[in-house]
This record gives sequence, C-alpha cells and structure tokens, in this order.
Amino acid sequence: MAESLARDRSESVFGDFKGAYTREQAVAEANRCLFCTDAPCIKACPTHIDIPQFIRKIATDNLRGSARTIFDSNILGMSCARVCPVEVLCVGDCVYNAMHMPPINIGKLQRFSTDTAFERDWKFFEAGPDTGKSVGLVGGGPASLACAHELRRFGHQATIYEKRPLLGGLNTTGVAPYKMKADRAMEEIEWILSIGGIDVKTGVEVGNQISVDELEKAHAALFFGVGLGVDTAMKIAGEDLMNVFGAVDWIEKMKTGRVTTEGMKHCVVVGGGNTALDCVREARGLGIERVTMLYRGVESGMSGYIHEWKAAETEGCRAEWQALPIAFEGKGKVEHVKCVRLDAQKKPIHGSEFSIDADLVLIAIGQAKLDAVKLAIAGKKHCFIGGDFQNGGKEVVNAAAEGKAAARAIHTYLTGK
Amino acid sequence: MPDLSTNCGGIRSPNPFWLASAPPANSAGQVQRAFDAGWGGAVWKTLGVPIQNVSSRFGGHNVRGVQAAGFNNIELITDRSLEINLKEIYDTKKKYPKHAIIVSLMVETKEEWKDIIKKSVDAGGDGLELNFGCPHGMCERGMGSAVGQEPKVNQEITSWAVEYSKVPVLVKLTPNVSDIVPHGLAAKRGGAHGVSLINTIKSIIGVDIDRFVPEPRVGGLSTNGGYCGQAVKPIALHMVAALAREEKFGLPISGIGGISNWRDAVEFMLLGSSSVQVCTEVMLRGYRVVEDMIEGLEDYMRAHEFQKLDDFIGKAVPAYSEWGNLDLNYETVAKIDASKCIGCHLCVAACQDGAHQCIWLQDTTHVPRVDESECVGCNLCKIVCPVADCISMVEVKNDFQPATWNEHVEQGKPLRPKKGAH
Repeated sequence: MAESLARDRSESVFGDFKGAYTREQAVAEANRCLFCTDAPCIKACPTHIDIPQFIRKIATDNLRGSARTIFDSNILGMSCARVCPVEVLCVGDCVYNAMHMPPINIGKLQRFSTDTAFERDWKFFEAGPDTGKSVGLVGGGPASLACAHELRRFGHQATIYEKRPLLGGLNTTGVAPYKMKADRAMEEIEWILSIGGIDVKTGVEVGNQISVDELEKAHAALFFGVGLGVDTAMKIAGEDLMNVFGAVDWIEKMKTGRVTTEGMKHCVVVGGGNTALDCVREARGLGIERVTMLYRGVESGMSGYIHEWKAAETEGCRAEWQALPIAFEGKGKVEHVKCVRLDAQKKPIHGSEFSIDADLVLIAIGQAKLDAVKLAIAGKKHCFIGGDFQNGGKEVVNAAAEGKAAARAIHTYLTGK
Repeated sequence: MPDLSTNCGGIRSPNPFWLASAPPANSAGQVQRAFDAGWGGAVWKTLGVPIQNVSSRFGGHNVRGVQAAGFNNIELITDRSLEINLKEIYDTKKKYPKHAIIVSLMVETKEEWKDIIKKSVDAGGDGLELNFGCPHGMCERGMGSAVGQEPKVNQEITSWAVEYSKVPVLVKLTPNVSDIVPHGLAAKRGGAHGVSLINTIKSIIGVDIDRFVPEPRVGGLSTNGGYCGQAVKPIALHMVAALAREEKFGLPISGIGGISNWRDAVEFMLLGSSSVQVCTEVMLRGYRVVEDMIEGLEDYMRAHEFQKLDDFIGKAVPAYSEWGNLDLNYETVAKIDASKCIGCHLCVAACQDGAHQCIWLQDTTHVPRVDESECVGCNLCKIVCPVADCISMVEVKNDFQPATWNEHVEQGKPLRPKKGAH
C-alpha cells in the first residue's frame, strides 16, 4: 500500500523531530518510570493505554508484551507515538512534573515498542467468530480504522468507504512530516487491515458514488468518520492569486505529492491554531527563509500548542501578533499581504495598515463542518459517529478512542451485549 | 581533623579502607596505584599453589537498570607464581611502609602453611589473612570454605598459623554457615588476632534462558560462584554484628560485604568493624571510589564530634537485640505530607497489596488517606515513596506502658490492641 505513494514527495526532505530511542536509551528511560498506581498518564490518554505496564515491559525486555499492551488500547499506537501532543497529554501529567524533574518520555518509549512490533511484524489480534453482521464505515481516517479493527475483534464484517485514493485521512495527508510521513501511515493501515475481513472501497464518496440509502440497505449499522470539510476561506481580495492556498489542501499536496517552494523567500501563514503551527514549521523546513505567522490575538491566546510554537520559533519562524490580512496583492502571483493591526478586542485599529512580502500564503483558519451529513443521519439509531466529524477537530488519538468506543456501541446495538 | 588511623588486631593503616583479597589486589602495580588513590591497606590476593582459571569468571545481577547490584565470581586464588607475588609484596611494602599489606593465604598441609607463612612474613606482610571462606572451586579441593565450615579444622589450622607467624593473623570467615558465631569462636580458640567477614555467598547469579545454562557460562557448563556486591551488605552486617555482640568473642573484626561508599563503611564500623574491606565496588568503578569513602567518613566524624575511629566502632552493637526485647507498645503511623505528595500512589498499591490495607485513594484529592486506626507502622509506604520526606513514620502516644514479648510472657505486662489484623 505504501508503494502507491509517489517517491519524490515534498515531505521526504524532513527528518525526525523527536528521533527514535536506541534500546539502551529506551531501557534507561523505562527504568525511571515509577509504575504509578492509578497513574495520571493513563487518565490523560484518550485511549487509556496502560502506560506504566507497557513501560515496565520495556524495562524487563518483554517487548512483545509492551507492544500488545499499547495496541490493545489503541490500534493506532504506532502513529500516536509520533503525532500525539504528549506534552499536553500523558507526559504533561507525569508525576515527575510535580517533583520538578524531567517527566517520562512516554511518546518515545511508545514509539520504541510499536516500531519494534512493526519491524518484527508482530500481530496481536485475531478477528472474532463471524457474527454475520456487516457495518459500513464512511471515511477512511483514524476513527474508521480504529472502529473497523475493533468491530473485527467482535467478529463483525466491516467495509470502509473512502473518497480519496488513499486511506488514513489526516494521518496520511495531514500529519507534520517531521513527526510522521505518509508512507509510515500507510504501513500502519496495512498492519491494521491484516486482521482480515475489512473491505476497503477507495474513490467512493457517499452522496456521489453511493447514497446513504444504499449503505443502509447493505449494512446493519453505519459509522461516520468523515472528518472535516475544505479549508475555510478568508473571503478577502486576492485570495485567488497563485500561491495562496488553504493550509490543509497545501499540506496534503506536500505529503502525497509535490509543492513548489523553489525560489520562494517569504511565506505567510494565517492563523494561530495547530495547523498554522504545522505550516510555519513545514514551510521553514522546506527551505523558505522568512516564515511569518499572522495571528489575530496575542501569543498566549493562540489555540495552537505553546510547545509547538516554541519549536517553530527555535527553527526561525516569526509571528506578527494581533495582525489580520485584509488583502493579498500581486500580479498573477501573490507578492504582498496587506494587514491591519488589531486591538485587544481583535478590532482593527484605524490607520495601522502595513504590508509584508509573501510569495507563498497558507490560510489555516479552520475547516468547514460537514453539518449536512450530520443532519442526514440525525436520530438514526443504526448510525454512529467519531473522529473530527464528531469532536470538531482534535488529535489522532481522540479519533482512535472515539472509533473504538463507537465499535463497542455498535456491537451492543447489533448484539445486545 | 578526625584521625582515621586504624588498628585492626594489631595491623595498622592510615585509614580503615582496605582492598579485599580479590582481583583488585592481585599485583604490585594495582596495589601501589590503590595506595596512591588513598587506600589504607590491601589484602593481597590469596597466595597458595598457583591455579589455572576459566574464561568467563564474573556475573552481574541487575536490578531495575542498575547493573551488578549483586555480583558473583568463579575465579580462584592467585594464578601467579609465589616468588613473583612475594617479591612484589616486598617491593610494595618498601615503597609504602605506612600502608598495611595483609597476605591472604590458602594451602593444605601443615608443612605448606609453615612454609608460606614464613615467606609471607619475610616479604614484609603486616598481617596474614587465612582464607577459610572461598565457596567455589577451592572448597572442592578441601580448602577455603571447606575449612571455614568445620570449626575444629578452622581452629587447628588457625593455631598452626598463629604458631608460625610473627605478625597478626586474621581468619576470613565464610557466610555459608547457619550461624557465624561458632566459627568466629573457633578462630578465637585457635589464637587468631581478629576475623574478617564475610567472604562470598554460594550462589548462581543467573541463567542463560535460551541456552539453558547457568551463568557465568563456561562453554556448556557453569558452576556456583561467590555472591558479593551491594546486594549482600545486609547479610554481612548481620554476621558482623552477631560476632560483635557475642560476649565470648571480643576479637577485632575487619568488615566485608557490599561496602560501596562511606555510609556503608560507617554502618559496618558502628556494628563493630575496626577496618573495612572493599572489592566489588572497586571492580565496578575503580580505585578512586576511596576518595568519597575517606571524605564522607571524615565528615561524618566531624558531624558527630568523633576524634578517632574507636569513638564509634561498635556504637550500634548494644542496640542490636532479640525480637523478644522489642517494645510491642511502641507505636508509629504513616503521615503523608500533602504539600509534597505527587500522586503516584505507590504507597496505596504497597499498602493495599503488600501490607495491611490502611492507605486509601480519595476522590477529592490526589493525596491518599492513611487510616491511622489500622496503620501498623510497617514503613512500606515510606520505602516506596519516591519523594524525600513526603511520608514520615511518626510516633504516637498510647495509654500503654512499654512491654516486650518477653515481659508479656514472663510478667503478664499488657499489650496494646493489634492494628491491621482485620
């Protein structure tokens, strides 16, 4: 499946931001873990991985057991090890923080275990005895994958409908490449699908190639993990100039194909969320010298993670706080962004207009919500939802947790158990 | 400045830190480097009829990432010629006249003992140490612990050595006995000037679980070795103290067994050791560990205003008693300092699973609650707590007068109600 990706993808230039542990490093770190009772890290993980147990098993050289512990809670544990914002989840709640000591590097330990499992091609789960029930899953992202895998453990048949040619959703097309590249996401999907009995139909969009009615006829229950819609537009002058892109759209091109950055000297990213933070680091990583994030509010008001912004700053990215673009200007291609300064209430300050050079603009101010789909399935007891579609846009680990929880709910719906 | 000068059974050294008879004291080059690093004495690796050793001699027992918390070896006595060893002892003693060189010996017949003792004394040895302890290899040939386990043989050979020697004789005892006291008394009856203990403990350090062979592996076989290192310290402390408090004994003791730092040394001395011997920590970290030992000991002595070692050698021996003399009405309970608690709840698991179920999780706070009416004061929570001084064991007053088990049985003294016996 990974071979279906282009080889010369733009994301290929990125290295690993956090790097992998050697065995010695992993064991040393694992031995620091206190093996807390009722551990705060478990509670902080949306999938509630038994973190002290998987870490103890690294220390005792029971790597198969360690990986099993992780995957039993989160079948996407390999990618979550790389992409989770552990700083605000498990690691952020490690008791060592309270001792003002370095917290356990849970993400890197999880990566060590799960990478080992992939390297050695360990498989842990078998499909349950066939129940004769079939579930359709709309959207092929992390929520649906987690849901489908759990359904198979219960013995239900699963069919995934994905409109793109590739499965994985944002895990394949959206994750910052210095955390994980698309080929690794594809390997994970292949590994998940190896449980067998998950039918995959790509290039099929519900509403176009197939209707909800048809799905309802074909399946006893449906799961919708369709994510979010297209990038939100600024709706200002010059947005149609060349080299002005919606962020999610541009990232997808960068990860699955090629984007042009050659000769570009200044990238402007609009927004203050995590997609904007990914964009500035990615533009910088692709060699653009000056990368500026434009955000309406102040640093402390960003919705993006502060640890990501600090990393971006370290990499040379800059920000214009309390700034709003009012027009993109240029002849055919974008050349400048005209901005206005905002006050504390995010209201434009009269006469504060300024202009900055830009030969690439990425707009990261959100994505459309697919409310029409929600409306179409509202109140239907056989329809279940999860992932960004349900939570409005969170982490892969949230999607994995919701997909798995949905599978349990579906199982109860189908069997009464 | 505290005075560290040492006298153990008449053997004097500038400080109490001696290299034990083992690989670190195998040759003049090593012993002289050790003296330069600060060691006060060295017990030269056991002389006897030179042996042939195997490849693969040591094994480590790793504990939660700490390598070789316990250690074992299947190496035998010296494999160097007697002449070379004696010449090197002579040269080293010439060069370091104030340092103690104790010659460890192990031979079989009376004639052999007579011969090797004369040569050792002539070479300048300040004392002799009779190796009655080695629990592997040599004991199969009727030496080492085979002698140490038989009080009559111990006494007899000791008496030969004392007869032939012009310098003090220490007897090195094996811990591979059910009670150390008769063996110390045997050495005393033989005329020994002191004892050193413990030698290593008979052990198998581990098993190669894929080859199905114990470790250390010599080809397809292994054998039991001598266990040592930090893990054996509690066993050694007990044996040292058992002799130190024995009224009929009264000989100086050179303490050995897992001593790795100044604090270990102080503990051995408080339980009656006049000097301490170190091997494993040097094998794992080198001679320079002695710097901390000397400095820490001096600092400890300054803090307690001890001028000389005799001011505290044996000071904890009177407090080592029988269980039957412990006050059953002395009562402590665990107190958790809420401001220090990090919420790891190791104390909860320890108390619930491993003790008497008196520490409980609470809904309203991350700080566990101690049910003091059930707390038996066992210390387990304090032992597992990773935060310094977060859990303390606090003495609580009760309405009962002190009463030991012996007093309860003999005099009917009343005991407080049991806690945690639900």
